[in-house]
Amino acid sequence: MRLPAKPGLGFKPEHYPAIAETKPDLGFFEIHAENYMGAGGMPHAMLERLRQDYAISIHGVGLSIGGPDPLDTDHLDRLSALCARYEPESFSEHLAWASHNGIWMHDLLPLPYTRETLNLICDHIDQLQTHLGRQVLLENPATYLLFEESDIPETAFLAEISARTGYGLLLDVNNVFVSCVNHRSDPRGYLARFPLEKVGEIHLAGHEEEELPSGPLLIDSHGRSVAEPVWALFAETVSKTGPVASLIEWDNDLPDFATLMAEAERAGGILAGASHALAS
Amino acid sequence: MRSHRKFARNFLGGISGGPVPEGATSTAPSETEHRFRVYRNNVAHGLSRALARHYPVVERLVGPECFAGLAALYIERHPPRTPILTEWGGRFALFLAETETLSDLPYLPDIARIEWARSRAYHAQDAAPLRPEDLRRFAERIGEGLQLYLHPSTQILQLATPAGSIWASQQPDGPRPPAPDQWCAETVLVARRGIAHVITVVITPATGRFLAHLMEGANVAEAHSHAGDGFDLNAAFALLLENALIVGAGHREDQT
Repeated sequence: MRLPAKPGLGFKPEHYPAIAETKPDLGFFEIHAENYMGAGGMPHAMLERLRQDYAISIHGVGLSIGGPDPLDTDHLDRLSALCARYEPESFSEHLAWASHNGIWMHDLLPLPYTRETLNLICDHIDQLQTHLGRQVLLENPATYLLFEESDIPETAFLAEISARTGYGLLLDVNNVFVSCVNHRSDPRGYLARFPLEKVGEIHLAGHEEEELPSGPLLIDSHGRSVAEPVWALFAETVSKTGPVASLIEWDNDLPDFATLMAEAERAGGILAGASHALAS
Repeated sequence: MRSHRKFARNFLGGISGGPVPEGATSTAPSETEHRFRVYRNNVAHGLSRALARHYPVVERLVGPECFAGLAALYIERHPPRTPILTEWGGRFALFLAETETLSDLPYLPDIARIEWARSRAYHAQDAAPLRPEDLRRFAERIGEGLQLYLHPSTQILQLATPAGSIWASQQPDGPRPPAPDQWCAETVLVARRGIAHVITVVITPATGRFLAHLMEGANVAEAHSHAGDGFDLNAAFALLLENALIVGAGHREDQT
Protein backbone atom coordinates (compact mmCIF):
# COMPACT_ATOMS: atom_id res chain seq x y z
CA MET A 1 0.00 0.00 0.00
CA ARG A 2 1.23 3.46 -0.88
CA LEU A 3 -0.21 6.95 -0.90
CA PRO A 4 -0.99 8.18 -4.42
CA ALA A 5 1.73 10.53 -5.72
CA LYS A 6 -0.65 13.47 -5.58
CA PRO A 7 -1.32 16.38 -3.23
CA GLY A 8 -3.12 15.73 0.06
CA LEU A 9 -4.46 17.81 2.94
CA GLY A 10 -4.43 17.51 6.72
CA PHE A 11 -8.05 16.74 7.63
CA LYS A 12 -9.82 19.31 9.82
CA PRO A 13 -13.35 18.52 11.07
CA GLU A 14 -14.31 22.16 10.35
CA HIS A 15 -13.88 21.41 6.65
CA TYR A 16 -15.87 18.20 6.64
CA PRO A 17 -19.06 19.75 5.16
CA ALA A 18 -17.08 21.36 2.31
CA ILE A 19 -15.28 18.07 1.60
CA ALA A 20 -18.45 15.98 1.70
CA GLU A 21 -20.17 18.42 -0.65
CA THR A 22 -17.42 19.09 -3.20
CA LYS A 23 -15.48 15.76 -3.18
CA PRO A 24 -12.27 17.62 -4.06
CA ASP A 25 -9.70 16.04 -6.35
CA LEU A 26 -7.02 15.12 -3.79
CA GLY A 27 -4.77 12.11 -3.44
CA PHE A 28 -5.26 11.63 0.29
CA PHE A 29 -6.12 13.08 3.69
CA GLU A 30 -3.82 12.89 6.70
CA ILE A 31 -5.01 12.67 10.30
CA HIS A 32 -3.21 12.82 13.64
CA ALA A 33 -3.55 9.35 15.18
CA GLU A 34 -4.11 10.64 18.72
CA ASN A 35 -7.22 12.61 17.71
CA TYR A 36 -8.98 9.38 16.74
CA MET A 37 -8.54 7.33 19.89
CA GLY A 38 -11.92 8.01 21.44
CA ALA A 39 -14.50 5.21 21.43
CA GLY A 40 -16.95 6.69 18.92
CA GLY A 41 -18.87 9.79 17.85
CA MET A 42 -18.16 12.29 15.09
CA PRO A 43 -14.38 11.80 14.73
CA HIS A 44 -14.78 8.16 13.67
CA ALA A 45 -17.94 8.82 11.68
CA MET A 46 -16.15 11.48 9.62
CA LEU A 47 -13.02 9.40 9.16
CA GLU A 48 -15.00 6.36 8.02
CA ARG A 49 -16.81 8.49 5.46
CA LEU A 50 -13.54 10.05 4.29
CA ARG A 51 -11.94 6.62 4.01
CA GLN A 52 -14.54 5.57 1.43
CA ASP A 53 -13.41 8.27 -1.01
CA TYR A 54 -9.74 8.87 -0.26
CA ALA A 55 -6.44 7.26 0.66
CA ILE A 56 -5.58 7.93 4.33
CA SER A 57 -2.28 8.74 5.99
CA ILE A 58 -2.14 8.28 9.77
CA HIS A 59 0.45 10.55 11.36
CA GLY A 60 1.38 9.79 14.98
CA VAL A 61 2.48 12.59 17.29
CA GLY A 62 2.52 10.84 20.68
CA LEU A 63 4.83 7.83 20.55
CA SER A 64 8.03 9.62 21.62
CA ILE A 65 10.30 7.49 19.43
CA GLY A 66 13.30 9.68 20.29
CA GLY A 67 12.73 9.56 24.06
CA PRO A 68 14.81 7.57 26.54
CA ASP A 69 11.91 5.52 27.92
CA PRO A 70 10.61 2.25 26.47
CA LEU A 71 7.71 2.82 24.06
CA ASP A 72 4.31 2.84 25.75
CA THR A 73 2.89 -0.58 24.85
CA ASP A 74 -0.70 0.53 25.49
CA HIS A 75 -0.16 3.26 22.96
CA LEU A 76 1.36 0.81 20.47
CA ASP A 77 -1.80 -1.28 20.87
CA ARG A 78 -3.99 1.76 20.24
CA LEU A 79 -2.00 2.61 17.09
CA SER A 80 -2.32 -1.00 15.91
CA ALA A 81 -6.07 -0.94 16.48
CA LEU A 82 -6.42 2.34 14.57
CA CYS A 83 -4.38 0.97 11.63
CA ALA A 84 -6.41 -2.26 11.66
CA ARG A 85 -9.66 -0.29 11.61
CA TYR A 86 -8.80 2.17 8.82
CA GLU A 87 -6.07 0.30 6.87
CA PRO A 88 -4.26 3.54 6.01
CA GLU A 89 -1.97 3.67 2.97
CA SER A 90 0.72 5.20 5.19
CA PHE A 91 1.70 5.49 8.86
CA SER A 92 4.32 8.00 9.94
CA GLU A 93 5.92 9.33 13.13
CA HIS A 94 8.60 11.85 14.10
CA LEU A 95 12.31 12.00 14.81
CA ALA A 96 11.53 13.67 18.13
CA TRP A 97 10.44 12.88 21.66
CA ALA A 98 7.44 14.00 23.68
CA SER A 99 7.42 12.16 26.98
CA HIS A 100 9.61 11.10 29.90
CA ASN A 101 8.78 9.40 33.19
CA GLY A 102 5.12 9.12 32.31
CA ILE A 103 4.59 12.83 31.53
CA TRP A 104 3.67 13.90 27.97
CA MET A 105 4.55 17.42 26.78
CA HIS A 106 2.53 17.03 23.57
CA ASP A 107 5.20 18.78 21.56
CA LEU A 108 7.90 17.46 19.23
CA LEU A 109 11.08 17.97 21.27
CA PRO A 110 14.61 17.81 19.82
CA LEU A 111 17.37 15.36 20.71
CA PRO A 112 21.15 15.09 20.33
CA TYR A 113 22.29 12.91 17.43
CA THR A 114 24.72 10.38 18.91
CA ARG A 115 25.45 6.63 18.66
CA GLU A 116 23.44 6.19 21.85
CA THR A 117 20.29 7.90 20.54
CA LEU A 118 20.70 6.25 17.11
CA ASN A 119 20.71 2.76 18.64
CA LEU A 120 17.80 3.63 20.90
CA ILE A 121 15.69 4.97 18.03
CA CYS A 122 16.48 1.96 15.81
CA ASP A 123 15.29 -0.32 18.64
CA HIS A 124 12.10 1.73 19.05
CA ILE A 125 11.42 1.68 15.32
CA ASP A 126 11.98 -2.08 15.07
CA GLN A 127 9.47 -2.49 17.89
CA LEU A 128 6.95 -0.16 16.20
CA GLN A 129 7.22 -1.82 12.78
CA THR A 130 6.92 -5.29 14.33
CA HIS A 131 3.90 -4.18 16.34
CA LEU A 132 2.12 -2.58 13.38
CA GLY A 133 3.29 -5.23 10.90
CA ARG A 134 4.03 -2.60 8.29
CA GLN A 135 6.65 -0.16 7.08
CA VAL A 136 6.57 3.20 8.77
CA LEU A 137 7.84 6.64 7.66
CA LEU A 138 9.95 8.84 9.95
CA GLU A 139 9.80 12.64 9.61
CA ASN A 140 12.72 15.06 9.89
CA PRO A 141 12.08 17.71 12.57
CA ALA A 142 12.06 21.51 12.62
CA THR A 143 14.57 22.53 15.29
CA TYR A 144 15.55 25.74 17.05
CA LEU A 145 18.58 24.48 19.05
CA LEU A 146 21.72 22.44 18.56
CA PHE A 147 23.36 20.12 21.10
CA GLU A 148 27.05 19.97 21.98
CA GLU A 149 27.01 16.17 22.24
CA SER A 150 25.60 15.70 18.71
CA ASP A 151 28.30 14.11 16.56
CA ILE A 152 26.22 12.79 13.64
CA PRO A 153 24.63 15.15 11.07
CA GLU A 154 20.83 14.90 10.91
CA THR A 155 20.85 13.63 7.31
CA ALA A 156 23.37 10.87 8.13
CA PHE A 157 21.37 10.04 11.28
CA LEU A 158 18.16 9.60 9.24
CA ALA A 159 19.96 7.69 6.47
CA GLU A 160 21.45 5.23 8.94
CA ILE A 161 18.10 4.71 10.73
CA SER A 162 16.47 4.02 7.40
CA ALA A 163 19.25 1.65 6.28
CA ARG A 164 19.20 -0.30 9.54
CA THR A 165 15.45 -0.54 10.11
CA GLY A 166 14.00 -0.46 6.62
CA TYR A 167 12.04 2.61 7.72
CA GLY A 168 10.95 4.99 4.96
CA LEU A 169 11.32 8.72 5.36
CA LEU A 170 8.83 11.55 5.41
CA LEU A 171 10.63 14.61 4.09
CA ASP A 172 9.19 17.82 5.53
CA VAL A 173 10.60 20.45 3.19
CA ASN A 174 9.42 23.30 5.42
CA ASN A 175 11.22 21.69 8.36
CA VAL A 176 14.41 21.47 6.26
CA PHE A 177 14.16 25.17 5.45
CA VAL A 178 13.28 26.20 9.03
CA SER A 179 16.10 24.16 10.60
CA CYS A 180 18.73 25.17 8.04
CA VAL A 181 17.90 28.89 8.33
CA ASN A 182 17.90 28.59 12.13
CA HIS A 183 21.27 26.83 12.16
CA ARG A 184 22.72 29.04 9.41
CA SER A 185 23.29 26.18 7.01
CA ASP A 186 22.32 25.58 3.38
CA PRO A 187 19.00 23.77 2.80
CA ARG A 188 20.19 22.69 -0.68
CA GLY A 189 23.22 21.04 0.90
CA TYR A 190 20.89 19.28 3.38
CA LEU A 191 18.67 18.02 0.57
CA ALA A 192 21.70 16.91 -1.46
CA ARG A 193 22.73 14.69 1.48
CA PHE A 194 19.20 13.47 2.26
CA PRO A 195 18.47 9.87 1.11
CA LEU A 196 15.75 10.94 -1.33
CA GLU A 197 15.24 7.37 -2.58
CA LYS A 198 13.68 6.54 0.83
CA VAL A 199 11.08 9.34 0.70
CA GLY A 200 7.50 8.03 0.80
CA GLU A 201 5.80 11.36 1.50
CA ILE A 202 6.56 15.08 1.55
CA HIS A 203 5.17 17.67 3.96
CA LEU A 204 4.75 21.37 3.19
CA ALA A 205 3.64 24.02 5.69
CA GLY A 206 3.92 27.68 6.58
CA HIS A 207 6.26 29.17 9.20
CA GLU A 208 6.63 32.38 11.19
CA GLU A 209 9.76 34.51 11.23
CA GLU A 210 11.33 36.66 13.93
CA GLU A 211 14.58 38.56 13.87
CA LEU A 212 17.43 37.79 16.29
CA PRO A 213 20.73 39.75 16.42
CA SER A 214 22.44 36.94 14.48
CA GLY A 215 19.69 36.72 11.84
CA PRO A 216 16.24 35.19 11.40
CA LEU A 217 14.65 32.59 13.69
CA LEU A 218 11.93 30.63 11.91
CA ILE A 219 9.14 28.91 13.83
CA ASP A 220 7.31 25.94 12.32
CA SER A 221 3.81 27.26 13.06
CA HIS A 222 1.57 25.47 10.50
CA GLY A 223 -0.54 28.63 10.60
CA ARG A 224 -0.13 30.22 7.15
CA SER A 225 0.57 29.49 3.49
CA VAL A 226 3.76 27.76 2.35
CA ALA A 227 6.62 30.26 1.90
CA GLU A 228 8.12 30.91 -1.57
CA PRO A 229 11.60 29.52 -0.79
CA VAL A 230 9.93 26.31 0.46
CA TRP A 231 7.97 25.98 -2.80
CA ALA A 232 11.26 26.37 -4.69
CA LEU A 233 12.95 23.64 -2.61
CA PHE A 234 9.90 21.43 -3.12
CA ALA A 235 10.07 21.84 -6.91
CA GLU A 236 13.80 21.06 -6.93
CA THR A 237 13.24 17.98 -4.75
CA VAL A 238 10.45 16.46 -6.82
CA SER A 239 12.38 17.13 -10.02
CA LYS A 240 14.82 14.54 -8.60
CA THR A 241 12.41 12.11 -6.93
CA GLY A 242 9.54 12.30 -9.39
CA PRO A 243 5.99 12.77 -8.07
CA VAL A 244 5.54 11.93 -4.37
CA ALA A 245 2.47 12.14 -2.10
CA SER A 246 2.71 15.74 -0.86
CA LEU A 247 0.78 17.12 2.09
CA ILE A 248 -0.21 20.69 2.91
CA GLU A 249 -0.23 21.00 6.73
CA TRP A 250 -2.24 23.88 8.16
CA ASP A 251 -3.22 23.33 11.80
CA ASN A 252 -3.55 26.80 13.35
CA ASP A 253 -5.46 29.94 12.29
CA LEU A 254 -7.36 27.66 9.95
CA PRO A 255 -8.49 29.30 6.67
CA ASP A 256 -11.50 28.28 4.60
CA PHE A 257 -11.29 25.08 2.58
CA ALA A 258 -10.85 26.92 -0.73
CA THR A 259 -7.59 28.47 0.55
CA LEU A 260 -6.25 25.02 1.46
CA MET A 261 -7.32 23.65 -1.93
CA ALA A 262 -5.44 26.47 -3.68
CA GLU A 263 -2.26 25.38 -1.83
CA ALA A 264 -2.90 21.74 -2.73
CA GLU A 265 -3.46 22.68 -6.38
CA ARG A 266 -0.18 24.57 -6.45
CA ALA A 267 1.56 21.44 -5.09
CA GLY A 268 -0.31 19.37 -7.70
CA GLY A 269 0.93 21.61 -10.52
CA ILE A 270 4.54 21.17 -9.36
CA LEU A 271 4.10 17.39 -9.08
CA ALA A 272 2.64 17.25 -12.61
CA GLY A 273 5.61 19.27 -13.89
CA ALA A 274 8.00 16.82 -12.21
CA SER A 275 6.23 13.92 -13.85
CA HIS A 276 6.59 15.50 -17.34
CA ALA A 277 10.21 16.45 -16.73
CA LEU A 278 11.11 12.87 -15.79
CA ALA A 279 9.18 11.45 -18.75
CA SER A 280 10.89 13.69 -21.31
CA MET B 1 20.99 5.41 27.70
CA ARG B 2 21.94 6.97 31.02
CA SER B 3 23.07 10.16 29.32
CA HIS B 4 19.90 10.40 27.19
CA ARG B 5 17.79 10.00 30.34
CA LYS B 6 19.72 12.79 31.99
CA PHE B 7 19.31 14.91 28.85
CA ALA B 8 15.52 14.37 28.82
CA ARG B 9 15.23 15.13 32.55
CA ASN B 10 17.18 18.38 32.19
CA PHE B 11 15.24 19.38 29.08
CA LEU B 12 11.88 18.85 30.80
CA GLY B 13 13.18 20.75 33.83
CA GLY B 14 13.89 23.66 31.51
CA ILE B 15 10.44 23.40 29.92
CA SER B 16 8.82 23.75 33.35
CA GLY B 17 10.80 26.90 34.14
CA GLY B 18 14.24 25.53 35.11
CA PRO B 19 17.53 26.56 33.49
CA VAL B 20 18.30 25.95 29.81
CA PRO B 21 19.48 22.32 29.65
CA GLU B 22 23.21 21.66 29.72
CA GLY B 23 24.61 20.99 26.24
CA ALA B 24 21.97 23.06 24.41
CA THR B 25 23.61 25.54 22.08
CA SER B 26 23.17 27.45 18.83
CA THR B 27 25.26 29.12 16.13
CA ALA B 28 25.11 32.31 18.24
CA PRO B 29 25.39 30.91 21.81
CA SER B 30 24.10 34.16 23.35
CA GLU B 31 20.75 33.38 21.69
CA THR B 32 20.43 29.84 23.04
CA GLU B 33 18.12 30.83 25.87
CA HIS B 34 15.81 32.71 23.51
CA ARG B 35 15.71 29.69 21.19
CA PHE B 36 15.02 27.31 24.07
CA ARG B 37 12.05 29.50 25.03
CA VAL B 38 10.41 28.58 21.69
CA TYR B 39 10.03 25.04 23.02
CA ARG B 40 8.86 26.26 26.43
CA ASN B 41 6.26 28.53 24.80
CA ASN B 42 5.11 25.87 22.32
CA VAL B 43 4.47 23.39 25.13
CA ALA B 44 2.67 25.96 27.32
CA HIS B 45 0.59 27.28 24.43
CA GLY B 46 -0.24 23.84 23.06
CA LEU B 47 -1.41 22.49 26.42
CA SER B 48 -3.27 25.67 27.32
CA ARG B 49 -5.20 25.55 24.01
CA ALA B 50 -5.94 21.85 24.52
CA LEU B 51 -7.50 22.71 27.88
CA ALA B 52 -9.43 25.59 26.32
CA ARG B 53 -10.93 23.21 23.75
CA HIS B 54 -12.49 21.26 26.64
CA TYR B 55 -13.51 24.36 28.59
CA PRO B 56 -14.65 27.15 26.21
CA VAL B 57 -17.30 28.51 28.62
CA VAL B 58 -14.88 28.61 31.57
CA GLU B 59 -12.48 30.54 29.32
CA ARG B 60 -15.25 32.93 28.28
CA LEU B 61 -16.33 33.53 31.87
CA VAL B 62 -12.85 34.28 33.28
CA GLY B 63 -11.37 35.84 30.12
CA PRO B 64 -8.48 34.50 27.99
CA GLU B 65 -5.69 36.03 30.10
CA CYS B 66 -6.93 34.62 33.37
CA PHE B 67 -7.56 31.28 31.65
CA ALA B 68 -3.98 31.10 30.36
CA GLY B 69 -2.74 31.74 33.93
CA LEU B 70 -5.00 29.02 35.32
CA ALA B 71 -3.88 26.65 32.56
CA ALA B 72 -0.20 27.26 33.41
CA LEU B 73 -0.86 26.38 37.07
CA TYR B 74 -2.91 23.34 36.09
CA ILE B 75 -0.16 22.11 33.74
CA GLU B 76 2.34 22.40 36.61
CA ARG B 77 0.14 20.50 39.08
CA HIS B 78 -1.52 17.99 36.75
CA PRO B 79 0.68 17.54 33.66
CA PRO B 80 -0.61 15.13 30.99
CA ARG B 81 0.04 11.50 31.87
CA THR B 82 -1.38 10.28 28.58
CA PRO B 83 -0.34 10.50 24.92
CA ILE B 84 -3.99 11.24 24.08
CA LEU B 85 -4.41 14.96 24.55
CA THR B 86 -8.21 14.83 24.36
CA GLU B 87 -8.19 12.67 27.53
CA TRP B 88 -6.19 15.19 29.56
CA GLY B 89 -7.89 17.83 31.71
CA GLY B 90 -10.42 15.83 33.74
CA ARG B 91 -9.32 17.26 37.07
CA PHE B 92 -9.82 20.88 36.04
CA ALA B 93 -13.12 21.24 37.94
CA LEU B 94 -11.49 20.08 41.20
CA PHE B 95 -8.51 22.32 40.54
CA LEU B 96 -10.82 25.33 40.02
CA ALA B 97 -12.64 24.50 43.26
CA GLU B 98 -9.32 24.58 45.13
CA THR B 99 -8.25 27.89 43.58
CA GLU B 100 -9.00 30.52 46.21
CA THR B 101 -8.82 33.54 43.89
CA LEU B 102 -11.88 32.17 42.07
CA SER B 103 -14.09 31.95 45.18
CA ASP B 104 -16.31 34.80 43.90
CA LEU B 105 -17.27 32.54 40.95
CA PRO B 106 -18.66 29.58 42.95
CA TYR B 107 -20.36 28.10 39.87
CA LEU B 108 -17.12 27.86 37.85
CA PRO B 109 -16.15 24.30 38.95
CA ASP B 110 -19.67 23.13 38.04
CA ILE B 111 -19.38 24.73 34.59
CA ALA B 112 -16.13 22.78 34.19
CA ARG B 113 -17.91 19.54 35.23
CA ILE B 114 -20.51 20.15 32.53
CA GLU B 115 -17.86 20.87 29.90
CA TRP B 116 -15.81 17.78 30.77
CA ALA B 117 -18.98 15.67 30.60
CA ARG B 118 -19.70 17.17 27.16
CA SER B 119 -16.20 16.23 25.92
CA ARG B 120 -16.67 12.68 27.16
CA ALA B 121 -20.08 12.47 25.54
CA TYR B 122 -18.64 13.71 22.23
CA HIS B 123 -16.14 10.82 22.15
CA ALA B 124 -18.36 8.16 23.76
CA GLN B 125 -19.05 4.84 22.10
CA ASP B 126 -21.78 4.71 19.44
CA ALA B 127 -25.01 2.85 20.16
CA ALA B 128 -28.12 2.79 17.97
CA PRO B 129 -31.39 3.67 19.74
CA LEU B 130 -34.04 1.04 20.23
CA ARG B 131 -36.89 1.49 17.74
CA PRO B 132 -40.04 2.89 19.44
CA GLU B 133 -42.10 -0.15 18.34
CA ASP B 134 -39.53 -2.51 19.90
CA LEU B 135 -39.54 -0.52 23.12
CA ARG B 136 -43.35 -0.65 23.20
CA ARG B 137 -43.27 -4.41 22.67
CA PHE B 138 -40.84 -4.86 25.59
CA ALA B 139 -42.84 -2.54 27.83
CA GLU B 140 -46.07 -4.42 27.15
CA ARG B 141 -44.48 -7.82 27.74
CA ILE B 142 -42.41 -6.97 30.82
CA GLY B 143 -44.25 -4.06 32.40
CA GLU B 144 -42.54 -2.09 35.17
CA GLY B 145 -39.90 -4.81 35.64
CA LEU B 146 -38.45 -3.50 32.36
CA GLN B 147 -34.73 -2.91 32.28
CA LEU B 148 -33.56 0.03 30.14
CA TYR B 149 -30.05 0.49 28.80
CA LEU B 150 -29.09 4.09 28.14
CA HIS B 151 -26.66 5.45 25.54
CA PRO B 152 -23.01 5.16 26.76
CA SER B 153 -22.65 8.96 26.63
CA THR B 154 -25.36 9.52 29.28
CA GLN B 155 -24.18 11.35 32.41
CA ILE B 156 -26.18 12.86 35.27
CA LEU B 157 -24.55 15.74 37.15
CA GLN B 158 -25.87 16.85 40.55
CA LEU B 159 -24.65 20.42 40.90
CA ALA B 160 -24.84 22.70 43.94
CA THR B 161 -25.12 25.79 41.71
CA PRO B 162 -27.34 26.76 38.72
CA ALA B 163 -24.39 25.98 36.42
CA GLY B 164 -26.64 24.32 33.82
CA SER B 165 -28.59 27.55 33.33
CA ILE B 166 -25.40 29.63 33.40
CA TRP B 167 -23.80 27.33 30.81
CA ALA B 168 -26.89 27.72 28.58
CA SER B 169 -26.77 31.51 28.94
CA GLN B 170 -23.27 31.51 27.43
CA GLN B 171 -24.35 29.77 24.21
CA PRO B 172 -25.22 31.71 21.04
CA ASP B 173 -28.80 33.00 21.42
CA GLY B 174 -28.88 31.49 24.94
CA PRO B 175 -31.39 32.60 27.60
CA ARG B 176 -30.43 35.25 30.18
CA PRO B 177 -28.41 33.90 33.12
CA PRO B 178 -30.47 33.22 36.27
CA ALA B 179 -30.96 36.23 38.54
CA PRO B 180 -29.29 35.95 41.98
CA ASP B 181 -32.68 35.35 43.69
CA GLN B 182 -33.29 32.35 41.36
CA TRP B 183 -30.13 30.58 42.42
CA CYS B 184 -30.58 26.95 43.32
CA ALA B 185 -28.93 23.58 42.92
CA GLU B 186 -29.43 21.98 39.50
CA THR B 187 -29.42 18.48 38.03
CA VAL B 188 -28.03 18.35 34.50
CA LEU B 189 -28.26 15.61 31.88
CA VAL B 190 -25.34 15.51 29.44
CA ALA B 191 -25.48 12.96 26.62
CA ARG B 192 -25.10 12.58 22.88
CA ARG B 193 -28.10 12.32 20.56
CA GLY B 194 -27.00 10.18 17.62
CA ILE B 195 -23.48 10.64 16.30
CA ALA B 196 -23.04 14.37 16.51
CA HIS B 197 -25.29 16.25 18.87
CA VAL B 198 -24.16 16.64 22.50
CA ILE B 199 -27.06 17.79 24.68
CA THR B 200 -26.95 19.65 28.01
CA VAL B 201 -30.37 19.76 29.68
CA VAL B 202 -31.40 20.93 33.15
CA ILE B 203 -33.76 18.25 34.50
CA THR B 204 -35.75 17.88 37.71
CA PRO B 205 -33.92 16.27 40.66
CA ALA B 206 -36.51 13.44 40.55
CA THR B 207 -35.78 12.69 36.88
CA GLY B 208 -32.07 12.82 37.72
CA ARG B 209 -32.53 10.21 40.48
CA PHE B 210 -34.63 8.04 38.17
CA LEU B 211 -32.00 8.09 35.39
CA ALA B 212 -29.10 7.59 37.81
CA HIS B 213 -30.81 4.48 39.20
CA LEU B 214 -31.49 3.13 35.70
CA MET B 215 -27.80 3.59 34.90
CA GLU B 216 -26.83 1.68 38.02
CA GLY B 217 -28.91 -1.30 36.90
CA ALA B 218 -32.28 -0.70 38.55
CA ASN B 219 -35.36 -1.66 36.51
CA VAL B 220 -38.03 0.92 35.72
CA ALA B 221 -40.14 0.08 38.81
CA GLU B 222 -37.15 0.25 41.17
CA ALA B 223 -35.85 3.48 39.63
CA HIS B 224 -39.36 4.93 39.81
CA SER B 225 -39.62 4.11 43.52
CA HIS B 226 -36.29 5.89 44.17
CA ALA B 227 -37.18 8.97 42.14
CA GLY B 228 -39.13 10.60 44.95
CA ASP B 229 -41.56 13.52 44.96
CA GLY B 230 -42.70 15.21 41.80
CA PHE B 231 -41.52 12.49 39.43
CA ASP B 232 -43.23 12.36 36.04
CA LEU B 233 -42.56 9.00 34.36
CA ASN B 234 -44.08 10.05 31.03
CA ALA B 235 -41.95 13.19 30.88
CA ALA B 236 -38.82 11.14 31.68
CA PHE B 237 -39.61 8.68 28.86
CA ALA B 238 -40.30 11.53 26.47
CA LEU B 239 -36.91 13.05 27.30
CA LEU B 240 -35.13 9.74 26.68
CA LEU B 241 -36.97 9.03 23.42
CA GLU B 242 -36.62 12.53 22.05
CA ASN B 243 -32.84 12.28 22.50
CA ALA B 244 -32.50 8.67 21.27
CA LEU B 245 -30.97 7.62 24.59
CA ILE B 246 -32.65 4.22 25.07
CA VAL B 247 -30.36 1.76 23.30
CA GLY B 248 -31.57 -1.51 24.78
CA ALA B 249 -34.31 -3.06 26.91
CA GLY B 250 -35.24 -6.39 28.41
CA HIS B 251 -35.33 -8.44 31.57
CA ARG B 252 -32.42 -7.97 33.95
CA GLU B 253 -30.21 -10.57 32.30
CA ASP B 254 -31.35 -10.63 28.70
CA GLN B 255 -30.46 -7.34 27.12
CA THR B 256 -31.61 -6.67 23.57
